[in-house]
Amino acid sequence: MSIGTTLKSSIGAKALMAVTGIILVLFVIGHMLGNLQVYLGADALNAYAAKLQSLGPLLWVIRLVLLGTFLAHIIAAIRVVKLNRAARPVAYHQQKDQATTFAARTMWVSGVLILLFAIYHVLHLTVGVVDPAGTYGALDSEGRHDVYGMVIAGFQHWPTTAIYTVAMVVLCLHVSHGASSMLQTLGLRRPGNASGFDKVGPALAIFLLIGNLSMPLSILAGLVG
Amino acid sequence: MAFQLDSKVPEGPLKEKWTNHRFNMKLVNPANKRKFKVLVVGSGLAGASAAASLAELGYHVECFCFQDSPRRAHSIAAQGGINAAKNYPNDGDSVWRLFYDTVKGGDYRAREANVYRLAEVANNIIDQCVAQGVPFAREYGGMLDNRSFGGAQVSRTFYARGQTGQQLLLGAYQALERQIGKGTVRMHVRSEMLDVVKKDGRAVGIISRDLVTGEMKRFSGDAVLLCTGGYGNVFYLSTNAMGSNVTAAYRAYKRGAGFANPCYTQIHPTCIPVSSEHQSKLTLMSESLRNDGRVWVPKQKDDQRAPNDIPEDERDYYLERRYPSFGNLVPRDVASRAAKERCDAGYGVGATGYAVFLDFAAAIERVGEDVIRARYGNLFQMYEKITGENPYKVPMRIYPASHYTMGGLWVDYNLMTTVPGLFALGEANFSDHGANRLGASALMQGLSDGYFVAPYTVGSYLAEEVPLDGSGAVATDDPAFDQVEQEVQGRIDRLLSVGGKKSVESFHKRLGQIVWDQCGMGRSREGLEQALRDIPKLREEFWKEVFVPGSAGEFNPEVEKAGRVADFLEFAEVLCEDALAREESCGGHFREEHQTPEGEALRDDEHFAHAAVWEYKGDDVRPELSKEQLTFENVKLTTRSYK
Amino acid sequence: MKLTLHVWRQAGPQDRGRMEMLQVDGITSDMSFLEMLDKANEDLIHDGKEPVAFDHDCREGICGTCSMVIDGVAHGPQEGTTTCQLHMRAFKDGDSIHIEPFRSRAFPVIKDLVVDRGSFDRIIAAGGYVSVNTGSAQDANNLPVRKKDADMAMDAAACIGCGACVASCPNGSAMLFVAAKMGHLAHLPQGQAERKERALSMVAQMDAEGFGACSNHYECEAVCPKEIPATFIGSMNREFLKSSLCPDS
Repeated sequence: MSIGTTLKSSIGAKALMAVTGIILVLFVIGHMLGNLQVYLGADALNAYAAKLQSLGPLLWVIRLVLLGTFLAHIIAAIRVVKLNRAARPVAYHQQKDQATTFAARTMWVSGVLILLFAIYHVLHLTVGVVDPAGTYGALDSEGRHDVYGMVIAGFQHWPTTAIYTVAMVVLCLHVSHGASSMLQTLGLRRPGNASGFDKVGPALAIFLLIGNLSMPLSILAGLVG
Repeated sequence: MAFQLDSKVPEGPLKEKWTNHRFNMKLVNPANKRKFKVLVVGSGLAGASAAASLAELGYHVECFCFQDSPRRAHSIAAQGGINAAKNYPNDGDSVWRLFYDTVKGGDYRAREANVYRLAEVANNIIDQCVAQGVPFAREYGGMLDNRSFGGAQVSRTFYARGQTGQQLLLGAYQALERQIGKGTVRMHVRSEMLDVVKKDGRAVGIISRDLVTGEMKRFSGDAVLLCTGGYGNVFYLSTNAMGSNVTAAYRAYKRGAGFANPCYTQIHPTCIPVSSEHQSKLTLMSESLRNDGRVWVPKQKDDQRAPNDIPEDERDYYLERRYPSFGNLVPRDVASRAAKERCDAGYGVGATGYAVFLDFAAAIERVGEDVIRARYGNLFQMYEKITGENPYKVPMRIYPASHYTMGGLWVDYNLMTTVPGLFALGEANFSDHGANRLGASALMQGLSDGYFVAPYTVGSYLAEEVPLDGSGAVATDDPAFDQVEQEVQGRIDRLLSVGGKKSVESFHKRLGQIVWDQCGMGRSREGLEQALRDIPKLREEFWKEVFVPGSAGEFNPEVEKAGRVADFLEFAEVLCEDALAREESCGGHFREEHQTPEGEALRDDEHFAHAAVWEYKGDDVRPELSKEQLTFENVKLTTRSYK
Repeated sequence: MKLTLHVWRQAGPQDRGRMEMLQVDGITSDMSFLEMLDKANEDLIHDGKEPVAFDHDCREGICGTCSMVIDGVAHGPQEGTTTCQLHMRAFKDGDSIHIEPFRSRAFPVIKDLVVDRGSFDRIIAAGGYVSVNTGSAQDANNLPVRKKDADMAMDAAACIGCGACVASCPNGSAMLFVAAKMGHLAHLPQGQAERKERALSMVAQMDAEGFGACSNHYECEAVCPKEIPATFIGSMNREFLKSSLCPDS
């Protein structure tokens, strides 16, 4: 018996999804908290960005870990989806859901959309390949990357804000099921805490939705920048 | 020629018989056990426990059930509990008292030695089941809880909520599955035994039908154990499962096994009454309800008022009135007859007038609704699902229904029938309950036979009668198998070729009506003779006008049903013959000609202290009666009194 | 009342199967759902047609044999109720009712509404027991069990093995069934010795049978006729992860 036994099993595949899910959710929370510094002004945000850049090789380690986590999450998801599809070769003519939610039913759809968005997001704000505002690579007065300017200019462009808005709704839908689900998958949900744990996902999703959407929307509305 | 019935009860004092017998029985040495194969038909409490225990000992076991899994056998439906004389509550219980209560409860028509053994091993059953993880109810201190049950004045019933049968069966089922996983038992599900194969007078195998493919299959074995339950469905409406049937036992009877006391049928007092003609089965409400529920009818005939509108002094708590010392806890036969008496006299309630009230208002007032919910919650829920009425607010309506059959294949002390090598365990045999079974004793008997009796006695038979060199084994291509298989196949072909217009079900319903009316809770010479004229006519009509759709070579539930009903149509006659021959009232058998002026059963110990054993003599020929005289050396025969 | 039934008909495992429409008349509200089907079958037999095959036995909600999806819900619209306990008062005159078998790769259809649930037996055979031979038990009261634990064990042990959890799960997962047996034995002292091996072997068998993986929809809990909570699945996950990651602790 070893980690191999664990991973080979259906429960192991789910546990892998849950563990990687936790890392990704923590990342999403941290990412959001960092970005919220946009409300503190250009200096704060650019200094934060410069500090991240200054991590050098460590930044790459973090990036690789994140990428690996993301890939593992996707591979586990593909396995589970395949397994589950195969488990019911003949579909029902009529099936009425009794307990499940829209979010739970659409996890793989939201997952694929999040993957597409993640690629777009990196191309937009990390690599600058997609750059409708043409502000990628500009420097601020202290010679740092002008992340603040890039963000403000980016979200003043309404199609970009629209894409981010949709993406955040999808992400939060995914998190609303995923974050509660991982507690059950890892065996932490018990009769005493079940109803509380089932609220963790939706609560976290609302928290992320408010935090993440407030930035592009307030920029588009001209309240920031 | 009549049977030579040797009960093989061991010599010696009652208390030492089983111990001595176990010592005197021959053993099969461990290395030789694997040379023997035992066929176990049925996977209820008796079958699953026997199959698992025999396999643990090292025998090759093949086990058969008609359900899709051994876990579904009807033992699962027993609700109330299982008796054992552990005396944990310190209320004066003992093996002797359990033995005494069971003999008395059975109206002195059971074999003393068998009943004593049953009482003796009951304690081992509880130990065994607890070790398997059966989740019996516990007290706060972690000890096992006991409750009281009809027919006893001590609390000796162990229970797991209202699902004791389920939990005990799952324990046995898990033990069986463990052996299946190990490869020591081969399980055949959806497989119905249709006949016994004999050679040189010994049972050497069975013919079964694979219910999925319709294929006939032959299995040979050194011993055959029938653990196939009772025949309560002869009444059509009963608390038995839809699939419960007499076929295995009846086929064995036709191959020479004596059928004992078929007229001892138990009508359970607390069932949900019949509501319409479409009703397919009746549902039992556990007897444990009588611990807290009070049974009553209105004092006024045809009282149409709602039960809660009938004032206290206009209610007739007839069990408490007639039997002040046992009150609502009188044995089943007494409670059932008392309900019938009230309803026949015109005091019944409900739409049909065939129901009495079971009222929890007093208990709820005494201990509170929460306590009652904790005790009977699932039963109350079940009642509400079926009737649409809330028993916390309105008294339940109940009426007796066919529930268990004490009669069955005659077996000796070793549980062997009159056919060497053919054993009968559990409800399928006649041995332990006499003319009436006490509550929480069926589970006890099924498990006693399967876990603690058959593993010894079957071994002893094999050691004594079956040669070790394999010369006793009969191959499945032996002519003995050819012939029986042909007969079985021929019968199925005949059923399919009748090509009439009437469904199998409709015949079963009509048969049930005849048997219920004439051979139910009250029986009379006149009625039984009428039934004995009606049943052959109905059988004749069946073989002319039944329609069985589809073919034999496929999954076809109608073929299964047709075969079972055909057997009931023959068996019902044996049942009525026995009821007619027994000119006394005892236990579940109440002959209207034999009652006291107060309407209590009148036994005739001088002429009927025997087991009546019927022998098949050919189709349409009256079976021959042999008698096993019952001797009572340890209890004094008295008139049962629950006053 | 008069009803229109849309019933799944499938001659055998190889047949593709299809929905078929039947009319049934003369149904009363006090009939059980299966008695309604009995009536439909009587009519079919009367017309010389083959009746609809369905599994049923005890008809009192305990044997777990009956197995159908009624109007898209395993065991039909009433909570905590098996098909056989469902009564026609839950329907009204003129209703159309869809009836399908429990669908799962691990429950192949035998005929019409009858499926093969042998996979459940094999999961139990893989480890759903306490290894104790007949005759080797100590006195029952030598092993006190906390009432709370006994009650929890009984909650789980109430499972009737009907398979509604699998039928209702969007993933065709059997985890509620497996978790119930594991939970029953894990809550009792008798179940401790083999606890880890049991978790591993039962899950391995469950996977080998081709059941899906749980993704926490909790449909199983909603349709379970014995209302076994899905928290047992959480406990099973913990049992399995502990057993596979730290087999020796």
